[in-house]
Amino acid sequence: MNKELAKYYSAGHSACAGCGFPAIVRAVLGELKTDVVIANATGCLEVTSTLYPYSAWKAPYIHNAFENAAATISGVEKAYESLKKKGKIRKKIKFIAFGGDGGTYDIGLQSLSGALERGHNFLYVCYDNGGYMNTGNQRSSATPYGAFTETTPTGKESFGKIETRKNLMEIVNAHRIQYLAQANVAYLADLKKKAKKALETDGPSFLLVFSPCTNNWKFPTSQYVNVGKLATETNFWPLYEIENGEHKLNFEPKKITPVTEFLKTQGRFKHLFKEENKPHLEEIQKLVNEEFARIANLCE
Amino acid sequence: MRIARYECAHANNKFMNKKNKKLALTGGAAAAEALKQIEIDVMPIYPITPQTTIIETYAGFEANGEVETEMIKVESEHSAMSAAIGASSAGARTATATSSQGLALMHEVLYIASGFRLPIMMLVSARALASPINIHGDHSDVMGCRDSGWIQLFCENGQEVYDKTIIGMKLAEKVKLPIMVIMDGFNTSHSVENLEILETKVVQEFVGEFEAISPLLDTENPVTYGAVALQNSYFEFRIDQEEAMKSAEEEYEKIAKDFEKISGRKYDIFEEYRLEDAEKIMVLTGSAAGTAKVIVDKLRENGEKVGILKIGLFRPFPHKKIAESLKNAKEIIVLDRAQSIGTYPPFYSEITKSLYEAKEIKKIKSYVYGLGGRDIFQKQIEDVFAGKIEGGYIK
Repeated sequence: MNKELAKYYSAGHSACAGCGFPAIVRAVLGELKTDVVIANATGCLEVTSTLYPYSAWKAPYIHNAFENAAATISGVEKAYESLKKKGKIRKKIKFIAFGGDGGTYDIGLQSLSGALERGHNFLYVCYDNGGYMNTGNQRSSATPYGAFTETTPTGKESFGKIETRKNLMEIVNAHRIQYLAQANVAYLADLKKKAKKALETDGPSFLLVFSPCTNNWKFPTSQYVNVGKLATETNFWPLYEIENGEHKLNFEPKKITPVTEFLKTQGRFKHLFKEENKPHLEEIQKLVNEEFARIANLCE
Repeated sequence: MRIARYECAHANNKFMNKKNKKLALTGGAAAAEALKQIEIDVMPIYPITPQTTIIETYAGFEANGEVETEMIKVESEHSAMSAAIGASSAGARTATATSSQGLALMHEVLYIASGFRLPIMMLVSARALASPINIHGDHSDVMGCRDSGWIQLFCENGQEVYDKTIIGMKLAEKVKLPIMVIMDGFNTSHSVENLEILETKVVQEFVGEFEAISPLLDTENPVTYGAVALQNSYFEFRIDQEEAMKSAEEEYEKIAKDFEKISGRKYDIFEEYRLEDAEKIMVLTGSAAGTAKVIVDKLRENGEKVGILKIGLFRPFPHKKIAESLKNAKEIIVLDRAQSIGTYPPFYSEITKSLYEAKEIKKIKSYVYGLGGRDIFQKQIEDVFAGKIEGGYIK
């Protein structure tokens, strides 16, 4: 494997073939100009990279619990500040926390909010695969409307998840941090550019990265880049950033692709293509259009 | 009355250093004073009554530039302990403080702190647990985490809180386990006592510099904290933790002995108060021990052979030494300030276990007192010694 790519996160981890987050982790860490300490919430990334006595991490790494990656990195960062002040440490170190959507949107939201409000010098990266995939595909507040999960199964009375996704970018933006961005693993150049900006920020920064899950979204492992691309081309997952309060759209599709093109690539939306679920497909298209218009409006 | 006894002991103390200060402090402020002298690098805090005397005093030190500590004013106790784990793993000497619901909220991560073998110092101003909600003192909160792998050290009064914070920090760093130094909520945390403060230089020499093992900030030598350990290795990690905890008993004794050399104050694993020929021994801890000592003195004047065994180190529990200390007693009276609903109260369970293992069959009574801050009076303790209140509750 390319040595530079595997500098901090080596080959040999046990993430699924076709999983989105290894590329996210490498793209973000690849933009580092200093040493780093990494915190990680419980989840797929943690479980597949730290099976004792092995570790995929070649940088200092701490996994504490599920809901506290942001609080944990707060402690690490303040330890650094303290020891630096006392002259016990001189080099520059950057602090990064990784969490899935369960550990970020749901159980870790308070911890993240606290750390953002306190203004620690760290980057939080949420890899969003829209559910609790490590425990076998249960719904989170990031699961899209209409998706099948094991806790929103389809049935006589159910078309999948009935609620829309929580808007985490809006929530994080409410903390008025200097830099936050929505990215997608299928757009690596864009992701890297955003990681660079986020890492250069003095204070908290945040990246929300689309991370397809082959296993629970139910698509062939070879398709994860395609699925990712379609999410952005259909405006289901717009790429944008907010820098010092200024919104900027990073990708505008030349022609609008209907969201069904994205949905039909995945087993979790298969039931929506039944005749009786047609209104739900229309609802999803409406939600996508409205959200994209809202963001585009802010970016003008 | 207990305070008067202390004054007297200090006046006769050959170790009494002229540079030592006498200060009137609450138990909470005494803890903060010790933390200041120890030089804590990072202190994540979240307020809860009655722990506030500790953190407010310390925030005052910060505001006046008296400490270099990075205080992190977090948004919950869960985050306080999580940040403490981060800071300690990073290589910083770390302390925090809590009570009651706060300690209960930390519960999940307490096990991670001990599993990581981090010497985090936590002052606990022990308080009742909801429901019904009650802000006053008892030991339900600390008893709720007695299996969490933390060293637990009880204090009777403000002087002990100050002293045991210093002893405890050194002990935690020696055996690489987190420690709770426990004071009674309000009774100790908010009561002002005149106590003796050592010279800062003496405290610092005693505790020494903190040298972290494999800290995260040593980026040249990266380590992974918090790995997944499955059927083939998890068990061994747990055994190691038990061994470390066991070693804390002996290490405590050594450290307390050294502390006596600098302070003149003696803190055995537990305190034997007038036990030399005692036939009736009361076992208890915390501020109520001070009240009980007054009664013991009174009963002794009447010729009654009574004494007190005051629990200090509760985790690890010194079963053998306690059984040895109790072996000549004809009757043992155990006072718990917590229940263990559905079974016997915590101290009573430990004491009966100690005696059973030592093959000692004794008359032993169990009482629960002081729940939710209910006062315990001298008269009640006297009645318990006289057998006027049969086992159960001292209400």
